[in-house]
Amino acid sequence: MSPINRGFHRRRQPDADPSRVPPGQYVTGDFPVLSAGPTPHTPLEEWSFTIRGAVEEPVSWPWEEFVALPSETITTDIHCVTKWSKLDTTWKGVSVDTLLEAVQSKAGYLTAWSDGGYTTNLALEDVTDGQAWVAYEFGGAPLEPEHGGPARMLIPHLYFWKSAKWVRGLTLTLDDEPGFWETYGYHNHGDPWLEQRYQGD
Amino acid sequence: MARAALSGRLTWQLAEVVDVLTETPRVKTIAFDVADWVGHRAGQHVDVRLTAEDGYQAERSYSIASAPNGTRLDLTVVRIADGEVSPYLADELKPGDRIELRGPVGGYFVWEPPQGGPLLLVAGGSGIAPLMAMIRLRAAAGSDVDTRLLFSSHGWDDIIYREELERLNGNGLTVVHTLTSSQPPDWTGYARLVDAEMLAEVGPSPAERPRVYVCGPTPFAEAVSEALVHLGHAPRGIKTERFGPTGG
Repeated sequence: MSPINRGFHRRRQPDADPSRVPPGQYVTGDFPVLSAGPTPHTPLEEWSFTIRGAVEEPVSWPWEEFVALPSETITTDIHCVTKWSKLDTTWKGVSVDTLLEAVQSKAGYLTAWSDGGYTTNLALEDVTDGQAWVAYEFGGAPLEPEHGGPARMLIPHLYFWKSAKWVRGLTLTLDDEPGFWETYGYHNHGDPWLEQRYQGD
Repeated sequence: MARAALSGRLTWQLAEVVDVLTETPRVKTIAFDVADWVGHRAGQHVDVRLTAEDGYQAERSYSIASAPNGTRLDLTVVRIADGEVSPYLADELKPGDRIELRGPVGGYFVWEPPQGGPLLLVAGGSGIAPLMAMIRLRAAAGSDVDTRLLFSSHGWDDIIYREELERLNGNGLTVVHTLTSSQPPDWTGYARLVDAEMLAEVGPSPAERPRVYVCGPTPFAEAVSEALVHLGHAPRGIKTERFGPTGG
């Protein structure tokens, strides 16, 4: 039972349907940035997206080919483990389902990896069936580098550290291998509705 | 000990206020005693939870400003005028009050004396908090590791921990301030935003492969880390912690 903090009260009137805000989160109109290191700036002519690991044949798309793949426009709410949620964000990108059609694999997991060395692990069942994208536009404009451009993962049903910025590829794996924040005490799965922030939550 | 804690569940714990210190007109440090605190590493943070009488709860993250010190924990809080949590923490809490917190959280933006140096710490405003934990730990451990702190504040009276930093300056710690909005009449130090030239003057050079920690508002952390990469520092040697203006 939490102690009452006398004199503390809600200051921000809920400006959004509370059923859209997971426990412990607050809604912001801003788009805060959280990264562990400097923002990479990879020129598009050097950029490619690769699927490798436990696949019969790795596959790689240069930028021009990648943005020519069938794309989708997604409007969704996003939730950061640092407590902010942002509602009705609009993205354009390629569905992970579309990308995985290009490979044969029996893997059940994958690691998304990024310029700058960031990684995060995901179960295949969390990124298939229309749940995950590689997004390259935000709000109708090219994705800014500080928000993960040229392209980032978009997996809105998990805390946003799973939506790796500056993503360059997916490595499919037979076993679940913890990524960057997952080895530093953050939750392996990261479901905001279950408030899976840290290990053991 | 902190590592062991992270392998289990981070439970909410009661933290009792033991002291409230005024750092600057907008900044207070609140010292807590947490009976079952497992210890922390310099640079880690905690989640704080407040509960209103109607059951409404709000959570925020705060860096720990104190070096590991038994069951005591210092959080430095900037009062954000239209914030929800920070005005309560900064203005309402008195010794004897209790709030909930859990942690320690984070294991990347940390430094411990065995990691050595040289260290380059770059702070913007209250971004000093986790870096102060490192500076305090360094002093408490008797470490003389070459450490440069470049600290950006608006004005002289906005410098958090100013007197303590003056005391700690020396023994391999060099404290350099830049005052970006206003300067005292006799000020001879930097009076502009942190830039590549300033970072190069404060050093250490990229050839010395310093461990670099940058903490401040997002535009500050972006600009500083970009300038460091431009100077030739290895991107993977630069650890950043950023916070937005909506922390409340």
